[in-house]
Amino acid sequence: MIRPEHTTSMAQTGILKSSLAKKYAMAASGLFLCLFLVGHLAGNLQLFMAPSDGGRQFNEYAKFMTTFPAVKLLSYLTYFAVLFHFADGIVLSLQNRKARPVRYAMERPSTNAGWSSRHMMLLGTIVLVFLVTHMQNFWWQMHFGEVAMVDYDGVLVKDLYTVVVAFFNPELNSFALPAIGLYLLGQFALGFHLWHGFSSGFQSMGLRHPRYTKWIVGLGKAFSVVVPVLFSSIVVFMYFTQA
Amino acid sequence: MDFTLKIWRQEGPQEEGRMETYPVTGITGDMSFLEMMDVLNDQLIRDGQDPVAFDHDCREGICGMCSMFINGEAHGPNRKTTTCQLHMRSFKDGETIYIEPWRASAFPVVKDLAVDRSAFDRIIQVGGYVSVNSSGNPIDANAIPVPKEDADAAFNAATCIGCGACVATCKNASAMLFVSAKVSQLALLPQGQPERMSRVQRMVDQMDKEGFGNCTNTGACEVECPKGISLDNIARMNRDYLKSQVTGE
Repeated sequence: MIRPEHTTSMAQTGILKSSLAKKYAMAASGLFLCLFLVGHLAGNLQLFMAPSDGGRQFNEYAKFMTTFPAVKLLSYLTYFAVLFHFADGIVLSLQNRKARPVRYAMERPSTNAGWSSRHMMLLGTIVLVFLVTHMQNFWWQMHFGEVAMVDYDGVLVKDLYTVVVAFFNPELNSFALPAIGLYLLGQFALGFHLWHGFSSGFQSMGLRHPRYTKWIVGLGKAFSVVVPVLFSSIVVFMYFTQA
Repeated sequence: MDFTLKIWRQEGPQEEGRMETYPVTGITGDMSFLEMMDVLNDQLIRDGQDPVAFDHDCREGICGMCSMFINGEAHGPNRKTTTCQLHMRSFKDGETIYIEPWRASAFPVVKDLAVDRSAFDRIIQVGGYVSVNSSGNPIDANAIPVPKEDADAAFNAATCIGCGACVATCKNASAMLFVSAKVSQLALLPQGQPERMSRVQRMVDQMDKEGFGNCTNTGACEVECPKGISLDNIARMNRDYLKSQVTGE
Protein backbone atom coordinates (compact mmCIF):
# COMPACT_ATOMS: atom_id res chain seq x y z
CA MET A 1 0.00 0.00 0.00
CA ILE A 2 1.27 3.45 -0.82
CA ARG A 3 1.49 5.50 2.34
CA PRO A 4 -0.23 8.84 1.85
CA GLU A 5 2.12 11.77 2.20
CA HIS A 6 -0.31 13.54 4.42
CA THR A 7 0.35 11.82 7.72
CA THR A 8 0.66 14.16 10.63
CA SER A 9 0.54 13.42 14.31
CA MET A 10 -0.30 15.76 17.17
CA ALA A 11 3.44 15.95 17.89
CA GLN A 12 4.08 17.21 14.36
CA THR A 13 1.20 19.62 14.12
CA GLY A 14 1.45 20.93 17.68
CA ILE A 15 -0.77 19.31 20.26
CA LEU A 16 -3.48 21.95 20.15
CA LYS A 17 -3.35 22.89 16.51
CA SER A 18 -6.33 20.97 15.25
CA SER A 19 -9.84 21.74 16.39
CA LEU A 20 -10.36 18.11 17.41
CA ALA A 21 -7.18 17.95 19.48
CA LYS A 22 -8.36 21.02 21.39
CA LYS A 23 -11.66 19.28 22.03
CA TYR A 24 -9.96 16.09 23.26
CA ALA A 25 -7.94 18.20 25.68
CA MET A 26 -11.07 20.03 26.79
CA ALA A 27 -12.87 16.74 27.39
CA ALA A 28 -9.96 15.07 29.17
CA SER A 29 -9.35 18.01 31.51
CA GLY A 30 -13.08 18.44 32.14
CA LEU A 31 -13.70 14.79 32.94
CA PHE A 32 -10.62 14.74 35.16
CA LEU A 33 -12.05 17.71 37.05
CA CYS A 34 -15.29 15.73 37.50
CA LEU A 35 -13.22 13.11 39.32
CA PHE A 36 -11.70 15.88 41.42
CA LEU A 37 -15.22 17.06 42.34
CA VAL A 38 -16.08 13.59 43.63
CA GLY A 39 -12.97 13.53 45.82
CA HIS A 40 -13.48 17.06 47.07
CA LEU A 41 -17.13 16.38 47.84
CA ALA A 42 -16.29 13.20 49.75
CA GLY A 43 -13.87 15.21 51.90
CA ASN A 44 -16.33 18.04 52.48
CA LEU A 45 -19.16 15.71 53.48
CA GLN A 46 -17.16 15.02 56.65
CA LEU A 47 -18.19 18.51 57.76
CA PHE A 48 -21.67 17.10 58.50
CA MET A 49 -20.11 14.86 61.14
CA ALA A 50 -17.56 17.40 62.35
CA PRO A 51 -19.66 18.93 65.18
CA SER A 52 -19.59 15.54 66.97
CA ASP A 53 -15.78 15.39 67.27
CA GLY A 54 -14.95 19.10 67.17
CA GLY A 55 -13.66 18.75 63.61
CA ARG A 56 -10.82 16.36 64.45
CA GLN A 57 -11.48 13.94 61.61
CA PHE A 58 -11.85 16.83 59.14
CA ASN A 59 -8.63 18.50 60.30
CA GLU A 60 -6.64 15.29 60.12
CA TYR A 61 -8.05 14.69 56.66
CA ALA A 62 -7.07 18.24 55.64
CA LYS A 63 -3.53 17.64 56.88
CA PHE A 64 -3.34 14.40 54.91
CA MET A 65 -4.60 16.14 51.76
CA THR A 66 -1.97 18.90 52.00
CA THR A 67 1.03 16.79 52.97
CA PHE A 68 0.74 13.29 51.47
CA PRO A 69 3.04 13.29 48.38
CA ALA A 70 0.70 11.42 46.01
CA VAL A 71 -2.17 13.75 46.90
CA LYS A 72 0.11 16.77 46.45
CA LEU A 73 1.00 15.53 42.99
CA LEU A 74 -2.66 15.06 42.22
CA SER A 75 -3.38 18.59 43.43
CA TYR A 76 -0.78 20.05 41.03
CA LEU A 77 -2.44 18.09 38.25
CA THR A 78 -5.77 19.59 39.30
CA TYR A 79 -4.43 23.18 39.26
CA PHE A 80 -3.04 22.50 35.82
CA ALA A 81 -6.33 20.98 34.62
CA VAL A 82 -8.31 24.02 35.81
CA LEU A 83 -5.96 26.52 34.14
CA PHE A 84 -5.72 24.44 31.00
CA HIS A 85 -9.48 23.88 30.73
CA PHE A 86 -9.94 27.63 31.06
CA ALA A 87 -7.22 28.61 28.56
CA ASP A 88 -8.35 26.00 26.02
CA GLY A 89 -11.94 27.18 26.43
CA ILE A 90 -10.91 30.77 25.74
CA VAL A 91 -9.03 29.76 22.58
CA LEU A 92 -11.97 27.68 21.33
CA SER A 93 -14.46 30.46 22.09
CA LEU A 94 -12.40 33.11 20.30
CA GLN A 95 -12.10 30.89 17.24
CA ASN A 96 -15.83 30.23 17.32
CA ARG A 97 -16.60 33.94 17.40
CA LYS A 98 -14.26 34.52 14.50
CA ALA A 99 -16.04 31.80 12.50
CA ARG A 100 -19.21 33.94 12.41
CA PRO A 101 -18.22 37.60 12.09
CA VAL A 102 -21.71 38.79 11.08
CA ARG A 103 -24.51 37.76 13.44
CA TYR A 104 -28.01 36.83 12.33
CA ALA A 105 -30.68 39.51 12.64
CA MET A 106 -33.13 36.84 13.78
CA GLU A 107 -32.05 33.83 15.79
CA ARG A 108 -34.03 31.07 17.50
CA PRO A 109 -31.32 29.04 19.21
CA SER A 110 -33.65 27.51 21.79
CA THR A 111 -35.51 25.61 19.06
CA ASN A 112 -32.60 23.29 18.44
CA ALA A 113 -30.19 23.32 21.38
CA GLY A 114 -30.33 23.36 25.18
CA TRP A 115 -29.58 26.51 27.13
CA SER A 116 -26.59 25.19 29.04
CA SER A 117 -24.94 23.81 25.89
CA ARG A 118 -25.04 27.30 24.39
CA HIS A 119 -23.64 29.09 27.47
CA MET A 120 -20.68 26.97 28.51
CA MET A 121 -18.26 29.93 28.42
CA LEU A 122 -20.52 32.08 30.62
CA LEU A 123 -21.15 29.23 33.07
CA GLY A 124 -17.47 28.30 33.15
CA THR A 125 -16.50 31.91 33.82
CA ILE A 126 -18.92 32.12 36.77
CA VAL A 127 -17.45 28.89 38.14
CA LEU A 128 -13.94 30.31 37.71
CA VAL A 129 -14.80 33.56 39.54
CA PHE A 130 -16.27 31.50 42.36
CA LEU A 131 -13.20 29.26 42.33
CA VAL A 132 -10.83 32.23 42.74
CA THR A 133 -12.72 33.50 45.80
CA HIS A 134 -13.07 29.94 47.11
CA MET A 135 -9.32 29.33 46.83
CA GLN A 136 -8.61 32.65 48.53
CA ASN A 137 -11.00 31.86 51.39
CA PHE A 138 -9.83 28.34 52.20
CA TRP A 139 -6.94 27.09 50.11
CA TRP A 140 -4.87 30.23 50.67
CA GLN A 141 -5.73 30.28 54.38
CA MET A 142 -4.73 26.64 54.78
CA HIS A 143 -1.45 27.03 52.90
CA PHE A 144 -0.33 30.57 53.68
CA GLY A 145 -2.76 32.11 56.19
CA GLU A 146 -2.52 32.11 59.94
CA VAL A 147 -4.39 29.06 61.09
CA ALA A 148 -4.36 28.09 64.78
CA MET A 149 -2.86 24.68 65.60
CA VAL A 150 -4.61 22.00 67.58
CA ASP A 151 -2.97 19.16 69.44
CA TYR A 152 -4.34 15.70 68.63
CA ASP A 153 -2.51 13.18 70.87
CA GLY A 154 0.77 15.07 70.57
CA VAL A 155 0.47 15.79 66.83
CA LEU A 156 0.01 19.45 65.88
CA VAL A 157 -2.57 19.91 63.14
CA LYS A 158 -3.88 23.11 61.50
CA ASP A 159 -7.44 23.78 62.69
CA LEU A 160 -9.06 24.30 59.28
CA TYR A 161 -12.43 23.32 60.70
CA THR A 162 -12.54 26.45 62.91
CA VAL A 163 -11.62 28.57 59.86
CA VAL A 164 -14.53 27.04 57.91
CA VAL A 165 -16.98 27.43 60.80
CA ALA A 166 -15.97 31.06 61.35
CA PHE A 167 -16.22 31.82 57.63
CA PHE A 168 -19.90 30.84 57.47
CA ASN A 169 -20.81 32.57 60.73
CA PRO A 170 -22.37 36.00 60.07
CA GLU A 171 -21.30 37.21 63.52
CA LEU A 172 -17.63 36.45 62.89
CA ASN A 173 -17.55 37.21 59.16
CA SER A 174 -19.49 40.20 57.85
CA PHE A 175 -19.17 38.79 54.31
CA ALA A 176 -20.66 35.43 55.28
CA LEU A 177 -23.99 35.98 53.56
CA PRO A 178 -22.66 37.39 50.25
CA ALA A 179 -20.04 34.61 50.29
CA ILE A 180 -22.78 32.00 50.71
CA GLY A 181 -24.70 33.68 47.89
CA LEU A 182 -21.66 33.48 45.62
CA TYR A 183 -21.10 29.88 46.71
CA LEU A 184 -24.63 28.91 45.74
CA LEU A 185 -24.38 30.84 42.47
CA GLY A 186 -21.10 29.06 41.74
CA GLN A 187 -22.71 25.68 42.39
CA PHE A 188 -25.70 26.62 40.26
CA ALA A 189 -23.40 27.54 37.36
CA LEU A 190 -21.36 24.37 37.94
CA GLY A 191 -24.53 22.29 37.74
CA PHE A 192 -25.57 23.77 34.41
CA HIS A 193 -21.98 23.56 33.12
CA LEU A 194 -21.94 19.84 33.93
CA TRP A 195 -25.46 19.30 32.59
CA HIS A 196 -23.98 19.68 29.12
CA GLY A 197 -20.28 19.22 29.80
CA PHE A 198 -20.25 15.72 31.29
CA SER A 199 -21.79 13.88 28.35
CA SER A 200 -20.29 16.34 25.85
CA GLY A 201 -16.83 15.24 27.02
CA PHE A 202 -17.62 11.65 26.07
CA GLN A 203 -18.93 12.75 22.66
CA SER A 204 -15.77 14.80 21.99
CA MET A 205 -13.67 11.71 22.72
CA GLY A 206 -15.80 9.74 20.28
CA LEU A 207 -17.28 7.59 23.06
CA ARG A 208 -20.78 7.16 21.74
CA HIS A 209 -22.67 3.92 21.50
CA PRO A 210 -26.34 3.18 20.88
CA ARG A 211 -26.46 1.09 24.05
CA TYR A 212 -24.33 3.12 26.49
CA THR A 213 -24.79 6.75 25.50
CA LYS A 214 -28.17 7.09 27.17
CA TRP A 215 -26.56 5.90 30.43
CA ILE A 216 -23.69 8.35 30.05
CA VAL A 217 -26.13 11.21 29.44
CA GLY A 218 -28.26 10.08 32.40
CA LEU A 219 -25.22 9.76 34.67
CA GLY A 220 -24.06 13.22 33.58
CA LYS A 221 -27.42 14.77 34.41
CA ALA A 222 -27.59 13.00 37.78
CA PHE A 223 -24.00 14.09 38.49
CA SER A 224 -24.75 17.69 37.54
CA VAL A 225 -27.62 17.81 40.03
CA VAL A 226 -26.32 15.68 42.91
CA VAL A 227 -22.80 17.14 43.20
CA PRO A 228 -23.75 20.86 43.35
CA VAL A 229 -26.73 20.12 45.63
CA LEU A 230 -24.53 18.23 48.10
CA PHE A 231 -21.84 20.94 48.06
CA SER A 232 -24.53 23.57 48.63
CA SER A 233 -26.20 21.57 51.39
CA ILE A 234 -22.95 21.57 53.39
CA VAL A 235 -22.76 25.36 53.21
CA VAL A 236 -26.42 25.76 54.12
CA PHE A 237 -25.91 23.32 57.01
CA MET A 238 -22.86 25.27 58.24
CA TYR A 239 -24.83 28.50 58.12
CA PHE A 240 -28.03 27.31 59.81
CA THR A 241 -26.30 25.40 62.57
CA GLN A 242 -24.75 28.72 63.59
CA ALA A 243 -27.38 31.30 62.66
CA MET B 1 -51.68 35.14 1.72
CA ASP B 2 -49.65 38.29 2.25
CA PHE B 3 -46.30 38.54 3.96
CA THR B 4 -43.78 41.16 5.02
CA LEU B 5 -40.31 39.97 4.12
CA LYS B 6 -37.16 41.27 5.77
CA ILE B 7 -34.39 40.20 3.43
CA TRP B 8 -30.62 40.58 3.60
CA ARG B 9 -29.45 42.54 0.56
CA GLN B 10 -25.76 42.69 -0.31
CA GLU B 11 -24.43 43.80 -3.70
CA GLY B 12 -21.28 41.69 -3.58
CA PRO B 13 -18.72 39.99 -1.35
CA GLN B 14 -16.96 43.24 -0.50
CA GLU B 15 -20.05 45.42 -0.13
CA GLU B 16 -21.84 46.25 3.09
CA GLY B 17 -25.12 44.40 3.48
CA ARG B 18 -28.36 45.45 5.16
CA MET B 19 -31.84 44.11 5.92
CA GLU B 20 -34.55 45.47 3.61
CA THR B 21 -38.30 45.15 3.89
CA TYR B 22 -40.52 43.95 1.03
CA PRO B 23 -44.26 43.31 1.04
CA VAL B 24 -45.36 40.31 -1.00
CA THR B 25 -48.98 39.60 -1.90
CA GLY B 26 -51.04 36.93 -3.67
CA ILE B 27 -49.19 33.96 -2.20
CA THR B 28 -51.00 30.63 -1.82
CA GLY B 29 -50.31 28.10 0.90
CA ASP B 30 -49.33 25.47 -1.65
CA MET B 31 -46.48 27.57 -3.02
CA SER B 32 -43.02 26.52 -1.91
CA PHE B 33 -40.84 29.09 -0.20
CA LEU B 34 -38.76 29.40 -3.38
CA GLU B 35 -41.90 29.99 -5.47
CA MET B 36 -42.81 32.77 -3.06
CA MET B 37 -39.33 34.21 -3.69
CA ASP B 38 -39.98 33.89 -7.44
CA VAL B 39 -43.19 35.91 -7.03
CA LEU B 40 -41.28 38.56 -5.11
CA ASN B 41 -38.53 38.71 -7.75
CA ASP B 42 -41.15 38.97 -10.49
CA GLN B 43 -42.60 41.98 -8.70
CA LEU B 44 -39.14 43.52 -8.23
CA ILE B 45 -38.24 43.06 -11.91
CA ARG B 46 -41.54 44.62 -13.02
CA ASP B 47 -40.78 47.56 -10.72
CA GLY B 48 -37.33 47.91 -12.29
CA GLN B 49 -35.55 46.81 -9.14
CA ASP B 50 -32.73 44.30 -8.65
CA PRO B 51 -34.17 40.84 -7.90
CA VAL B 52 -33.01 38.98 -4.79
CA ALA B 53 -30.25 36.49 -5.57
CA PHE B 54 -30.72 33.06 -3.97
CA ASP B 55 -29.41 29.57 -4.68
CA HIS B 56 -31.72 26.84 -5.96
CA ASP B 57 -31.59 23.97 -8.41
CA CYS B 58 -33.57 20.72 -8.22
CA ARG B 59 -36.42 22.05 -6.06
CA GLU B 60 -37.15 18.57 -4.80
CA GLY B 61 -34.88 18.44 -1.75
CA ILE B 62 -31.95 16.41 -3.05
CA CYS B 63 -29.43 18.78 -4.61
CA GLY B 64 -28.40 20.82 -1.57
CA MET B 65 -28.40 24.13 -3.42
CA CYS B 66 -31.19 25.99 -1.64
CA SER B 67 -30.30 27.56 1.66
CA MET B 68 -31.73 30.61 3.49
CA PHE B 69 -31.91 31.20 7.22
CA ILE B 70 -35.64 31.73 7.65
CA ASN B 71 -37.03 33.26 10.84
CA GLY B 72 -33.95 32.24 12.79
CA GLU B 73 -33.74 28.66 11.49
CA ALA B 74 -31.88 27.01 8.63
CA HIS B 75 -34.36 25.98 5.90
CA GLY B 76 -37.17 27.46 8.00
CA PRO B 77 -39.30 26.11 10.83
CA ASN B 78 -40.03 22.57 9.59
CA ARG B 79 -37.82 19.57 10.43
CA LYS B 80 -36.05 17.41 7.82
CA THR B 81 -37.10 19.87 5.14
CA THR B 82 -35.12 21.92 2.67
CA THR B 83 -36.25 25.43 1.76
CA CYS B 84 -37.61 24.21 -1.58
CA GLN B 85 -39.77 21.66 0.28
CA LEU B 86 -41.06 24.29 2.70
CA HIS B 87 -44.57 25.43 1.88
CA MET B 88 -46.07 28.81 2.65
CA ARG B 89 -48.88 27.13 4.61
CA SER B 90 -46.25 26.68 7.33
CA PHE B 91 -46.51 30.44 7.93
CA LYS B 92 -49.34 32.59 9.24
CA ASP B 93 -51.03 35.01 6.84
CA GLY B 94 -49.62 38.49 7.40
CA GLU B 95 -46.50 37.18 9.15
CA THR B 96 -43.18 38.98 9.01
CA ILE B 97 -40.49 36.61 7.75
CA TYR B 98 -36.76 37.20 8.20
CA ILE B 99 -34.65 35.77 5.36
CA GLU B 100 -30.88 35.77 5.72
CA PRO B 101 -27.95 34.02 4.06
CA TRP B 102 -25.92 31.30 5.83
CA ARG B 103 -23.59 33.23 8.10
CA ALA B 104 -20.04 31.92 8.45
CA SER B 105 -16.66 33.39 7.60
CA ALA B 106 -16.03 30.18 5.59
CA PHE B 107 -19.19 30.85 3.54
CA PRO B 108 -18.70 34.40 2.20
CA VAL B 109 -21.76 36.06 0.71
CA VAL B 110 -21.66 36.19 -3.09
CA LYS B 111 -24.79 38.30 -3.41
CA ASP B 112 -27.86 38.74 -1.23
CA LEU B 113 -28.82 35.22 -0.04
CA ALA B 114 -26.30 33.29 -2.14
CA VAL B 115 -23.15 32.22 -0.35
CA ASP B 116 -19.96 30.58 -1.60
CA ARG B 117 -19.91 27.01 -0.26
CA SER B 118 -16.80 25.91 -2.15
CA ALA B 119 -15.09 25.35 1.23
CA PHE B 120 -17.11 22.10 1.30
CA ASP B 121 -15.79 21.17 -2.14
CA ARG B 122 -12.20 21.69 -1.00
CA ILE B 123 -12.81 19.45 2.04
CA ILE B 124 -14.10 16.72 -0.28
CA GLN B 125 -11.19 17.24 -2.66
CA VAL B 126 -8.56 16.47 0.00
CA GLY B 127 -10.00 13.10 0.97
CA GLY B 128 -13.70 12.51 0.39
CA TYR B 129 -13.11 9.70 -2.09
CA VAL B 130 -11.68 6.19 -2.45
CA SER B 131 -8.76 5.58 -4.81
CA VAL B 132 -9.51 2.74 -7.21
CA ASN B 133 -7.04 1.54 -9.81
CA SER B 134 -8.91 1.24 -13.06
CA SER B 135 -6.33 -0.93 -14.82
CA GLY B 136 -6.39 -4.72 -14.60
CA ASN B 137 -9.44 -6.30 -13.02
CA PRO B 138 -11.08 -4.00 -10.50
CA ILE B 139 -13.28 -5.85 -8.02
CA ASP B 140 -16.99 -5.42 -8.64
CA ALA B 141 -18.30 -3.40 -5.67
CA ASN B 142 -21.29 -5.74 -5.50
CA ALA B 143 -18.94 -8.68 -4.95
CA ILE B 144 -17.58 -7.21 -1.69
CA PRO B 145 -19.64 -8.38 1.31
CA VAL B 146 -20.91 -5.51 3.49
CA PRO B 147 -22.95 -6.14 6.66
CA LYS B 148 -26.48 -4.75 6.36
CA GLU B 149 -26.06 -2.49 9.44
CA ASP B 150 -22.87 -0.96 8.02
CA ALA B 151 -24.43 -0.48 4.60
CA ASP B 152 -27.44 1.26 6.17
CA ALA B 153 -25.28 3.51 8.38
CA ALA B 154 -23.06 4.39 5.40
CA PHE B 155 -26.08 5.14 3.29
CA ASN B 156 -27.59 7.33 6.01
CA ALA B 157 -24.35 9.31 6.19
CA ALA B 158 -24.30 9.54 2.40
CA THR B 159 -27.72 11.19 2.32
CA CYS B 160 -25.98 14.44 3.35
CA ILE B 161 -26.61 16.85 0.48
CA GLY B 162 -23.92 19.31 1.58
CA CYS B 163 -26.32 22.23 1.88
CA GLY B 164 -24.49 23.76 4.84
CA ALA B 165 -27.48 24.04 7.20
CA CYS B 166 -25.32 22.51 9.95
CA VAL B 167 -22.78 25.32 9.62
CA ALA B 168 -25.52 27.96 9.39
CA THR B 169 -27.26 26.63 12.48
CA CYS B 170 -24.26 25.95 14.68
CA LYS B 171 -23.57 28.82 17.06
CA ASN B 172 -19.88 28.28 16.26
CA ALA B 173 -20.35 27.89 12.49
CA SER B 174 -18.78 24.44 12.79
CA ALA B 175 -18.81 22.08 9.82
CA MET B 176 -18.43 18.92 11.91
CA LEU B 177 -21.73 17.33 10.88
CA PHE B 178 -21.00 17.70 7.16
CA VAL B 179 -17.37 16.57 7.42
CA SER B 180 -18.22 13.65 9.70
CA ALA B 181 -20.96 12.46 7.34
CA LYS B 182 -18.52 12.54 4.43
CA VAL B 183 -15.84 10.77 6.50
CA SER B 184 -18.33 8.17 7.77
CA GLN B 185 -19.92 7.23 4.47
CA LEU B 186 -16.53 5.84 3.40
CA ALA B 187 -15.18 4.77 6.81
CA LEU B 188 -18.12 2.38 7.22
CA LEU B 189 -17.46 0.49 3.99
CA PRO B 190 -14.65 -1.98 3.11
CA GLN B 191 -13.59 0.16 0.14
CA GLY B 192 -12.92 3.07 2.46
CA GLN B 193 -10.56 1.24 4.82
CA PRO B 194 -7.13 1.68 3.12
CA GLU B 195 -7.35 5.49 3.23
CA ARG B 196 -9.47 5.72 6.38
CA MET B 197 -6.85 7.32 8.67
CA SER B 198 -5.27 9.67 6.15
CA ARG B 199 -8.73 10.69 4.93
CA VAL B 200 -9.96 11.82 8.34
CA GLN B 201 -6.74 13.74 8.95
CA ARG B 202 -6.83 15.53 5.62
CA MET B 203 -10.49 16.41 5.82
CA VAL B 204 -10.34 17.68 9.42
CA ASP B 205 -7.21 19.69 8.67
CA GLN B 206 -8.87 21.25 5.62
CA MET B 207 -11.99 21.99 7.68
CA ASP B 208 -9.82 23.88 10.18
CA LYS B 209 -8.00 25.72 7.38
CA GLU B 210 -11.29 26.93 5.94
CA GLY B 211 -12.03 28.72 9.21
CA PHE B 212 -15.06 26.82 10.45
CA GLY B 213 -15.65 26.95 14.21
CA ASN B 214 -15.18 24.20 16.78
CA CYS B 215 -17.87 21.70 17.73
CA THR B 216 -19.37 22.21 21.19
CA ASN B 217 -21.81 19.31 20.91
CA THR B 218 -24.95 21.44 21.24
CA GLY B 219 -26.64 19.09 18.77
CA ALA B 220 -28.34 21.96 16.90
CA CYS B 221 -26.95 20.71 13.56
CA GLU B 222 -28.63 17.33 13.92
CA VAL B 223 -31.99 18.99 14.66
CA GLU B 224 -31.81 21.38 11.71
CA CYS B 225 -30.25 19.00 9.16
CA PRO B 226 -32.78 18.48 6.35
CA LYS B 227 -31.52 14.90 5.95
CA GLY B 228 -31.41 13.99 9.64
CA ILE B 229 -27.66 13.26 9.72
CA SER B 230 -26.86 11.89 13.18
CA LEU B 231 -24.32 13.04 15.77
CA ASP B 232 -23.12 9.40 15.68
CA ASN B 233 -21.07 10.48 12.66
CA ILE B 234 -19.33 13.23 14.63
CA ALA B 235 -18.43 10.74 17.37
CA ARG B 236 -17.10 8.32 14.74
CA MET B 237 -14.96 11.06 13.21
CA ASN B 238 -13.68 12.09 16.66
CA ARG B 239 -12.73 8.45 17.27
CA ASP B 240 -11.04 8.00 13.91
CA TYR B 241 -9.11 11.24 14.14
CA LEU B 242 -7.89 10.40 17.65
CA LYS B 243 -6.84 6.96 16.44
CA SER B 244 -5.05 8.44 13.44
CA GLN B 245 -3.13 10.79 15.74
CA VAL B 246 -2.23 8.14 18.27
CA THR B 247 -1.14 5.50 15.76
CA GLY B 248 0.42 8.00 13.37
CA GLU B 249 -0.95 6.07 10.40
